[in-house]
Order: sequence, then C-alpha cells, then structure tokens
Amino acid sequence: MAAEEEEDRQVLTKSDSSFFVEGIVRHLRRTVRSGKTKPEAWRRQQLQGLLRLLVEREEDISRALAQDLRKSAYETYIFEISLAVEECKLALKKLRSWMAPQKVAGTVATFPSSGAIVPEPLGVALVISTWNFPFVLAVNPMIGAIAAGCAVVLKPSEIAPATSALLAKLIPLYLDTSAIQVVEGGVPEITTLLQQNWDKIFYTGNSKVGRIIMAAASKHLTPVTLELGGKCPVYIDSTANLKVALRRIAVGKWGNNNGQACIAPDYILAEDSIAPRVVDVLKETIVEFFGKDPKTSKDLSRIVNQFHFKRLMDLLNDSRTLGKIVHGGEQDAANLYIAPTVLYDVPLNVPIMTEEIFGPLLPIIKVKGAAEAIAFITERSKPLAFYVFTTDKTIAQLMVSEVSAGGIVVNDTCLQFVVPGLPFGGVGESGTGAYHGKFSFDTFSNHKAVLYRQEVGDVYARYPPHTKHKQKIIKSLLTGDFLGATLLLLGWRQ
Amino acid sequence: MAIIEEENLVAAAAGVEQLVRDLQRTVRSGITKTEKWRIQQLKALLKLIVENQDSLLQAVFTDLGKPAHQVVFTELLTLATSCKLAIKELKQWMAPKEVPVPPLALPGTAFVVPEPLGVALVIAPWNFPISLGVDPLIGAISAGCAAVLKPSEITPTVSSILADLLPKYLDTDAIRVVEGGIPITTALLAQKWDKIFYTGNYTVGRIVMAAAAKHLTPVTLELGGKSPVYIDDSVDLKVSARRICQGKWSFSDGQACVAPDYLLVQESIAPKLVETLKETIVEFFGEDPSTCAELGRIVNANHFRRLTRLLDDPRTAEKIVHGGERNEQSLFIAPTIVLDVPLDVPVMLDEIFGPILPIITVKGVDEAINIILDLPKPLALYVFSTNKAVQERFVTETSAGTVGINETVLHVAVLGLPFGGVGESGMGAYHGKHSFDAFSHYKGVYHKRMEADADGTFPPYTSARNNLIRSFLTEDLEEI
Repeated sequence: MAAEEEEDRQVLTKSDSSFFVEGIVRHLRRTVRSGKTKPEAWRRQQLQGLLRLLVEREEDISRALAQDLRKSAYETYIFEISLAVEECKLALKKLRSWMAPQKVAGTVATFPSSGAIVPEPLGVALVISTWNFPFVLAVNPMIGAIAAGCAVVLKPSEIAPATSALLAKLIPLYLDTSAIQVVEGGVPEITTLLQQNWDKIFYTGNSKVGRIIMAAASKHLTPVTLELGGKCPVYIDSTANLKVALRRIAVGKWGNNNGQACIAPDYILAEDSIAPRVVDVLKETIVEFFGKDPKTSKDLSRIVNQFHFKRLMDLLNDSRTLGKIVHGGEQDAANLYIAPTVLYDVPLNVPIMTEEIFGPLLPIIKVKGAAEAIAFITERSKPLAFYVFTTDKTIAQLMVSEVSAGGIVVNDTCLQFVVPGLPFGGVGESGTGAYHGKFSFDTFSNHKAVLYRQEVGDVYARYPPHTKHKQKIIKSLLTGDFLGATLLLLGWRQ
Repeated sequence: MAIIEEENLVAAAAGVEQLVRDLQRTVRSGITKTEKWRIQQLKALLKLIVENQDSLLQAVFTDLGKPAHQVVFTELLTLATSCKLAIKELKQWMAPKEVPVPPLALPGTAFVVPEPLGVALVIAPWNFPISLGVDPLIGAISAGCAAVLKPSEITPTVSSILADLLPKYLDTDAIRVVEGGIPITTALLAQKWDKIFYTGNYTVGRIVMAAAAKHLTPVTLELGGKSPVYIDDSVDLKVSARRICQGKWSFSDGQACVAPDYLLVQESIAPKLVETLKETIVEFFGEDPSTCAELGRIVNANHFRRLTRLLDDPRTAEKIVHGGERNEQSLFIAPTIVLDVPLDVPVMLDEIFGPILPIITVKGVDEAINIILDLPKPLALYVFSTNKAVQERFVTETSAGTVGINETVLHVAVLGLPFGGVGESGMGAYHGKHSFDAFSHYKGVYHKRMEADADGTFPPYTSARNNLIRSFLTEDLEEI
C-alpha cells in the first residue's frame, strides 16, 4: 500500500505523460475503494468547500471570464456563479433524502420480502467541460458527482484558458485532492484521459466529439451523459405579444454569451402574417438593449477566438446569405466583435441554416403556421431546446406533444435551465442523459436493487423435482389464485 | 411481414435500411404515441402468449430441452404479468408530472413529459429466448416506440416462431421481427436507431455500444459477469442450500445472467455446506442427473467445449468434489462443484454461464469483499446471512446491479426493482416502469405567460439594476 502511494505521489506532479493521467486514475480508484467518498459527511464537506470557493473567489472568477470571453461582471455573477451556488445549496439541502434508499414492495413470488432501491456512487468520473460557460458547466456536473459520492477528474476547456487555470489552482485549495483532481490541456490530454477506464463520463460539447467520447467509453462499457447542442428553433405565431416575446428572445440570444450557448435561440420560424413585424420589433429591441452601436455596449460578450470568429463570418459571407442581412452585420476581427445580426428569409440549404450557429446571428424564416413549423422542426435533428411564443393554449399543447426536444419553453427562452425539477439534457443528436438538481445526483449514481428475504416463507413447491402437483401450486400462486394454492397445499384439491 | 434472409448481405443491408425508414415514418405519423394504440398492442401480445402457449413451449424445448413448466414460470407467466402491469399502469406512466418552479422563474409552471424515443432495436439472447426479447418489447410498446426484435439465431425454432406469430398479432407498421446471425445483426447495428436494447455478453455489448456511438444512440445493455454468493454460519444451511441450488441449476442449468456464479463460504461451515449442497443436488435432480429432465442441456457444442475446458484445467480438475460427468452427444454436464480452486484459474476469471459451481473458503466478510471488489462489478450479488450488520456491509461496501439477501434470482420477479447491471455487467435497467423509462425521453417543459416583464430584466444593465437583481438572487438563494 505504502509503496503504491509513494509511486502515485511521485507521479502526481505536473508532467505531460500519460503516466501522469494513469497515476491519477489509480489514486482516485484507491480512494473510492477505501470508502472515503461514500459517507454523507464527506460529500457535505466537499459541497461546502465548493460553496466557499464560489463565494470567496467571485472576483477571481469574474476576472478569468472577462479575460476568456469579455463577459461582464453581471453576466458572470448571474450565469456562472449564482447558478452554481444554487445547485450547491440544493444538493446540500437535499443530500440526505437523495441518498436514502427507496422502499419497494415485494411480490407474491418472493413473499415474504421487502425491496429497496439504494443509490451508490458509480465510482471514478471524468467530467469534460466546455468553453462558453466555462465555470458553471465545469462545476455543476462536479456537484452531481460529489453529491453521488464519486471521485472526479475535471478536464476544463483549453479554449477558455484563464478559467481552466483558475479551476486548476482553486479546486485543490478547497476540495479533497485524494478524490478530486483537475487535468488541464488539449487534444493529447483528452485522448489520454479517454483511454482510461472510467465508471462514468460526463461531456458537454458538440455532437462530433460526443461520438468520439461515446466510442471511447464503449471500450470499457462506461456509461455516458452527453450534453450536446444543435439548432434551437423558436416559433412565433400571430397571437403572441411581439414586444414581450422579442425581448425575451433577444436576451436569450444575445444576453447569453452573445449567442454562444447551447440553449440560445438559433433561428426563428415566424408565422408569415407577422413575420415583417417580427423583424421590425426585433430591430427596435436590439437597439433598446445594446444601443445604436452595440460595440460600445458593456453587456455583449465577444466571440471566443479567431477560429469561431472566422466560422461565423463564413456563415455570414456565404453569397446566398449576404443579401439577407436586415440588421447588423458589422464586425471587428481584432476585437473578435460581431454585431447582433438579423437575417430574413435565407434559403434553407445554406450553412447558416444547416449548422449550429453558436453566435450572434439570428435568421428568421417565414412559415404558414403551426403545422409547417412542426414539419420543419421534426424533419431536422431533435434540438436541445425549442421555444414557442403563442397565447393560444391549443397551439402550445400541440407543439409540446408533436415536437421532440431536450426541453420546451412556452413564451420564454433559456429558463428551463434554472428549474432544478426539470431534467436538463438533449435527445437524439442533442444528447443523452440529463442533469440539474436530483438528476445530477442520479446521473453519477448506480441505482442498486436490493431484495431482503429471511429464511422463513419457503413454499416447498418451488423446489425441484417439479411434480405436476407442485406445478399447480406455483401456477396458482403466481396467477394470484391464492384460494386454489391454499387448497392444493392443504391437499384438499389435487 | 418480411423475414429478411441472409443470403445476399448487400440486399439484407438495404432491406434493413428501408425497414428503419418505414418504422420512422410510422413513428412520425403519431400513431404509436396514442394510449389507445399502445394498449391495443399490449393486449394483442397477451393474446399471442395465451393462444400459442403450446407451440411456444415446444419451440423452447426443441432449442434448449427445457421442460414446459419451467418455461411457463420463467418466461410466459413473466411476460403475461409484465403485459398486464403495463396495461394497468400505462395512463399513470404516460402522465406529465408537475414540478415546482423556483422564485427566479416565476410566474410559470413546469412539467416533466415522457415521450417515445422513436424507433428501437431489441436484440435478444438465447437462454430465455422468448421473454428476454419480448419483455423489452413490452417496454418499447408501452413507451410508444416502434421496434425491431432480433431474436437469437442460437435458438432458431424460437426465432422462427416469433417471426411467424408477432406479425399475426401486432401492428406490422410498427413492430417487426428480423431473423439472422452476425451479418444481419451487423447490418442492423449500422442503422440509426433512437434506442438499442441489448441482452447478452460484455464482448458484444462493447460492439453494440461502439456502433450506437456512431449515431449517438442511447443504449441499455443487460450483460453479465460473475455473480457471487457469500454464506456465513448464521444461516440454516438446508434452506440456503436449496435456494442456492435452485438459483444455480434450476433456471437454465446455470446459463442465466443472474445465476449464482461462485460461492464464498465462511470457513467454519465450509465442509458442512459442501455436504448439504451435494445432498440438495441429489434431492433436486436425482442420483443420476443425466436422466433429469429439469436440467435442460448446454445450449450447443461451442458452449459445451468452453465449459469442459474450464473443468479440464489441471488446477481445477483436481478440485472437483461433486459431479464432473459430461456427455457431448446429449450436451450434458452434471451439476459440478469445485472446491477451493486458486483465484486465477479460468473458472474464476470469466463468467461461467453453466452448471459448474466453484466454492472458495474465506475467513470472513473482509476477505469475501476483497475478492468481490477485485473482480468486475457483477449483475447480482447474493448474501446468505441472518446477521443484519453483515448484510449491510455487503450492501454498502460492494457494487452490483442487484443484491439478494437470503435469496437468489427471484429478485427478477419484483417489478418495482430496476433490473440491470453496473460497470461490466451493464448499463440501464428495466422491468415494470423501468421498462417504460428505458424507451422514453423525459422532456422538460416550462410554461410562462405573455405578461410584460419588469424593466430590470433586460439590458442595458445599470449597476443599480445589477445590484437589485443580485440582491433578489441572494434572497432567492436563501429560500432554496
């Protein structure tokens, strides 16, 4: 034991060899096997440590996010810190009830018996987070893993390097390093990490890498949660109050890391009678929110890096798209700035309508009505979120029942994220599995079935050799014919 | 409808592609979503089982030599119960569930709404060839999915009868049977499914998951492993021995994913336990088990050879204390006990899936737990002890799909318990409502009203507004 620990201690220094990663996993496995992470007290202690980190280090976190994404302190507080604090506090409050076994009634075949569903940690988990909400999307899955009693390796995104470095620095200061580790790096480090045998992998990102992760996981039969993305559609009909609707859409689109969010509205399907008015109100709203020159607005983040800036400019500069810009389109490459941009009536087969935009460009497409909108959306990959703006309850109900998506919001955008009772996750191309609230705890747990029996209560008829008589008894019991079974057992019936 | 033959692999692959497209079209039409359709299909399935009992039993006997009553209890009654439960509970299972909304998101209401994943592929194994295909199918139907059932080619008579009967009772626009071996399974796995449900071994389980990864298809994998039994001196040996022997040999002659694989026995009772087990084997299966119809047989020559190889390993052969007889013609291997083999012989490394029972003497709970933890997580783990503290140690210190206390195998009948593995023994679960869940997507739905929002909600954010919202949030957090 001592020799192994010494070996691991030598290896747990920063080096870029796969030996380093293997050592970490071995160390964490040993911690899990020792039972250290199972007791409620340990989990509570870690969650409280995380809470302290979130509260004490707000300035450091704001600074890192400003550096990585030019996020305003306000946006950072709302989206990166308060959401994580909320999840942490919820986990602390509910931990005991989440951990408690759930009683299950026995059945006639096992009478007398009692059953229970006992949650237990899956073991050693890998959390790979992404760059757009680099802090909260790293911390929230970790809250679930810790609450479930797992050990965790966090791999923050290298595309948000200041946040990655901050997480690597802070986590060891507040949390138990024998169970929780941060590994920084890029593709080589991810590759090495994916070769290890994990008990769970939680990935947030895009569907291309999601496939790679699931394929790697299959080698070890590791269960995965994949929080992916896609094009989140919005449908607006003529019964909607356009001022209210478009404010909510605009803040969901541009107030949310400037469109670089998996649940940001991607495109709008507008009922054709109101489509022109939608464009007008949207323009007014953009000016109201970000001023005539949005570049000067303090409330708009920047595009994360040159690669994504170019990707977005390519979407805009496609010849079939350029002529459809009805608002915005200004850009400044040096500052990674693209103005909130609205497009109207682009063709459906151009890149901006076939790829996830993940940026400040918002196409508006005319549709005849609900039926066409439903057909449009259901022809395409299932989205992570779908937003419906209507005051017609029948239409709202129709949309909810006809459209499959990770989540649906009627008359708002993005808020499904803050309702902990709602499972947050995708379906189909937008992902598999869910989290938030208890779902986070569940996604890092094995729900183990336990059947308790005692020595009494054997019906001799259950054992071989199964004579015809015994068979009759068993059959009666299993089909609920207790009178018949009793008569047979007593010998009053043959 | 179409039973796809394997002769032309290209044609088979194309046929499978078209099949999936057809089923997707059916799902898009919305028919499988209605409660009416689902109940109709479930009732039809029930009718199929009741009206065709004899031919189903005959098919299983032909392929596996199992006596009729065994198949009635372990497969047909199971399916009937499963069907009836789904019919009874479906409305409840389908109902949206309201969840509370935090102050931050008020005014609004939120619901979790189950919906079908879509088009599912169910791959069945050979050992309980009817129920382990049709029970997942019950889950798919109750969830509103369309499905393809691929029965095991290792039980060709059963496969054939399922392919014949299902189209006669069920909606062939939504439910199909595809027969065949590896080539057709490969063609099926290449398609884009909305769900794959596989029961089998962990080697093919990896292949299934890797194929699913190409399309981001969620999977349930019901696999196996070495399900251990621990037994200590606090029990009535006769009662325990009966339950262990039934679990090991009565259900498919050890060829069951939840059959006890090996025994860890507290040393003080080891000799007595071995004696009691021997007596019980004779009591159950007679002095000459080769003439006992109850035992069925080893499924085929491949598995027969695999199992005899385990027994013929020299460090294992010398430890046989009961049984060991075999007959390749009749695919018979006697209920066999090997005592105190080393932990690194083949019979202690891989899932046995046969009538060989290794018994390892241990000092006590600590040693037993360490042996269990050194092996992959099992599908089932059985503890025979009347000592509650011992029971709880196993429940809390080991991980498994299911723990059975003072019982083996029968947990599969408790439909309120999720049936599935963890780690190498699988992912996901089913039975009862868990079957419905396995084929459903739980969609979060949040409703807000169209009333105007307070001014502070939107940009530009002045620091006055920021502070206001921030203090609201902090207050908000106090209430959580």
